[in-house]
Amino acid sequence: MKLRLGIDVGGTNTDAVILDEKATLIARFKSPTTSDVSSGIRNALNGLVQNNPDLDLSAIKFAMLGTTHCTNAVLERRNLNKVGLVRVGAPSTLAIKPFVEWPDDLREAIDGRYVIVEGGFEYDGQETRPLDEAAVRAAAESFRGKVESVAVSGAFSPVDPSHEQRAGAILREVLGDEIPITYSYEIGSVGLIERENAAILNAALVNAAKVAAGGFQEALAAHGIDARLFFSQNDGTLMALEYAIRYPILTVASGPTNSIRGAAFLSGLQDAIVVDVGGTSTDVGILVKGFPRESSIAVDVAGVRTNFRTPDLLSIAVGGGTRVTNDNGLQIGPASVGYRLLTEGLIFGGNTLTLSDIAVADKRASFGDPSKVAHLDADFVKQVTEEVRRMCEDAVDRVKTSAAPMPIILVGGGSVVIPQDLAGASQVIRPENYDVANAIGAAIAQCSGEIERVFSLQEMTRDQAIELAKKLAIQEAVQAGADESTVQIIDIQEVPLAYLPTNSATRIRVRAAGDLAI
Amino acid sequence: MSWKLTRDDIERISIGAGILGTGGGGNPYRGKVKAALELAAGRTIEIVSLDELPDDALVMPIGGMGAPTVGLEKLQRGDEGSRLVQMMEELLGVKIAATIPIEVGGGNSFAPMIAAAQLGLPTVDADGMGRAFPEWSMISFYFDGVAPSPIIMTDPLDRKIVLENAGHPRQLERIARAMCVQMGGSAHIGDRPIPVKRLREVAIPNTLTLAYKIGDAVMGAHEKGSSPIEAICGVSGGTVLFSGKITDIDRRFERGYNFGCVRMLGSDAYQGQEASIDLQNEFLIFRIGDKVKAIVPDLITMVDSERGLPITTEVVRYGLRVTLIGIPAPKQLTTPQALEAVGPAAFGYDLPYMPLETLL
Repeated sequence: MKLRLGIDVGGTNTDAVILDEKATLIARFKSPTTSDVSSGIRNALNGLVQNNPDLDLSAIKFAMLGTTHCTNAVLERRNLNKVGLVRVGAPSTLAIKPFVEWPDDLREAIDGRYVIVEGGFEYDGQETRPLDEAAVRAAAESFRGKVESVAVSGAFSPVDPSHEQRAGAILREVLGDEIPITYSYEIGSVGLIERENAAILNAALVNAAKVAAGGFQEALAAHGIDARLFFSQNDGTLMALEYAIRYPILTVASGPTNSIRGAAFLSGLQDAIVVDVGGTSTDVGILVKGFPRESSIAVDVAGVRTNFRTPDLLSIAVGGGTRVTNDNGLQIGPASVGYRLLTEGLIFGGNTLTLSDIAVADKRASFGDPSKVAHLDADFVKQVTEEVRRMCEDAVDRVKTSAAPMPIILVGGGSVVIPQDLAGASQVIRPENYDVANAIGAAIAQCSGEIERVFSLQEMTRDQAIELAKKLAIQEAVQAGADESTVQIIDIQEVPLAYLPTNSATRIRVRAAGDLAI
Repeated sequence: MSWKLTRDDIERISIGAGILGTGGGGNPYRGKVKAALELAAGRTIEIVSLDELPDDALVMPIGGMGAPTVGLEKLQRGDEGSRLVQMMEELLGVKIAATIPIEVGGGNSFAPMIAAAQLGLPTVDADGMGRAFPEWSMISFYFDGVAPSPIIMTDPLDRKIVLENAGHPRQLERIARAMCVQMGGSAHIGDRPIPVKRLREVAIPNTLTLAYKIGDAVMGAHEKGSSPIEAICGVSGGTVLFSGKITDIDRRFERGYNFGCVRMLGSDAYQGQEASIDLQNEFLIFRIGDKVKAIVPDLITMVDSERGLPITTEVVRYGLRVTLIGIPAPKQLTTPQALEAVGPAAFGYDLPYMPLETLL
């Protein structure tokens, strides 16, 4: 029997679950999230082990972590590496220099420096200028002793990465084997500024990712667990630990994704709306063929414009700890007592009226002490419930792609505050273990690969380009840990380049995913 | 009275130009950033009205040609526009007094401002479309059927192509497009400078001010918490055509353009109604059911229903909640001569132009 451990760090709780080979839940534990994150992960694991003395820890062969280490590092500007960037793109990209419109404090936190050297490509793969190797070498020398991590970007590197690769090899030669190098073509898609920003952030996060990985390894080692380690990433799939240390930026939005994937698994549905209710807010996302729909617009990470994929979510200020006041008319949120619900909520003997109190008063939930809310006016309780219903129905309607009713899956510890009968829903499901859907999502995640490139159609047909893109995406998935026999293409998107003659070039994006190779 | 742009003005013009861009003109982010960088470098972006310049002052149209996706990678060297002005002055032995946008929309609103700022020149508050169109032959300056001669094309590698006697503007478009592709899919173009007296007859005036006012209305509505849609209509003379959700988008690629059809399902006052828009880089025809409700060259602009921010054709996707606003085309675009260049027939439709107000 091989077991899987899934741990997910949320804003309020850190959840740990154990699944068996058939993905049946056999143990679970919730523990408060801590400010350093790692101790919360340790506590969750300790609690899981102590509460399940019969658990065979040696059977745990895979351990998956969805964590906020990297997100917090960027948001709080803490534990970031000093970064040097080499952009290969003079003269055709000089108009907008690196770090444009970055928040000053973030650039200072990474001591961001850059050099732009000659080189780069055209959309069709022609070399704009040869790479100026001497300039790369000089840049590397200037970085020596001043940077802890380097990033390389280049014009049209998604079409031809060879200049980025060669520049990286020179940096490696000068700066030694220890320095981490991030290549923009491995991180982001077409859009130099956004891809370069993502690469810089990635380079800055290498230490934070190592700390997260080290903490996770230690927590497991303390219990003698010898498992293959994975991090969950933004698109709901896994990265092997070695991969996560190289691409930490891909973990910054993994939390909501894990909830959506967990909801899919628990409900058995592939297409549905997922409403994930926490202590402070609710994320509403949409599940398409078992994966979260991704945002198609530029994604802002801590004030920096990037273009990597994150789930398309709508957040509303409704959670288990959301405060309800009626001083100047009914006011629901956005203030919340968060994890202090257990001391401040009326049903727990506190003095603050929250949506959890309303749910208990409305007899939709039974926890805490119902007698503490018995005094609430029934009409008022109904009024609040109707308002919460309206907020949820509106959010659901916004994320839907058609007017046809869709199933709604309610997950998250706070989901008891949401009324079960929602308009626009063909059915509303709150599956068993809804409150640890996120950790389950981490535990059952697949391994994926993605490729997005501009393909020149001078030497190949469009069909050949798509076939090549598929092959590359499958290779990426297998490299990320997928069992090749289970890998499937899950998405193909093609955006032709406007204003260019038919069939000269096309942008193709393919994603593949498969089950973890067990 | 000249107007010196602030960073906030640039933000507002960018939003307004996006709305007037009717889905085209590409993503305005890069143009906006480049303009802001000029200010950061201590230079001045000065906007003047055509009335403030002498009759014989020469104004040079400047804009970028190319695929928006290419512009996402090739950020340019930064001095393409100002080099064009200098090359043109040298070539013709004249002094250029100001620059003018060929279109208001996306990066092309800012390209002439950046060129002028680098040379200490002003940019004229007018353009050649009052919106965005896909082709060089759709610039109002050339509705008489005569292509500008010469035009100069350049790129970040400082290559320079001078094209003279192209003949009809549509032939100019074809030749320049072919060269643009060979220059890596994007190029800066400067046209023969036009005397102010002539521009007063053929340019669409005050369009940068209009873009600013629209952007200001949207941002003002955000601050006040009022409806940005009403604010847009208020300053642009526009009318809400529809609001609803995008249910389908079908994209095709033909003859070097993005073609497509966007389908929508109505909400609020349009509950239950089905609507569609034909697009060719820009939004061209809007229909409710099969009835045409707005047609090019009238402006059909798409904004997100909540924030009133423009949605370009490249980012249109399933599920977006959008409001469509129809804005009557500037009168310069609806003369019989203009309609030959920018009317439905110029886009291959066998439909007459019908003014917005007759279709409501």
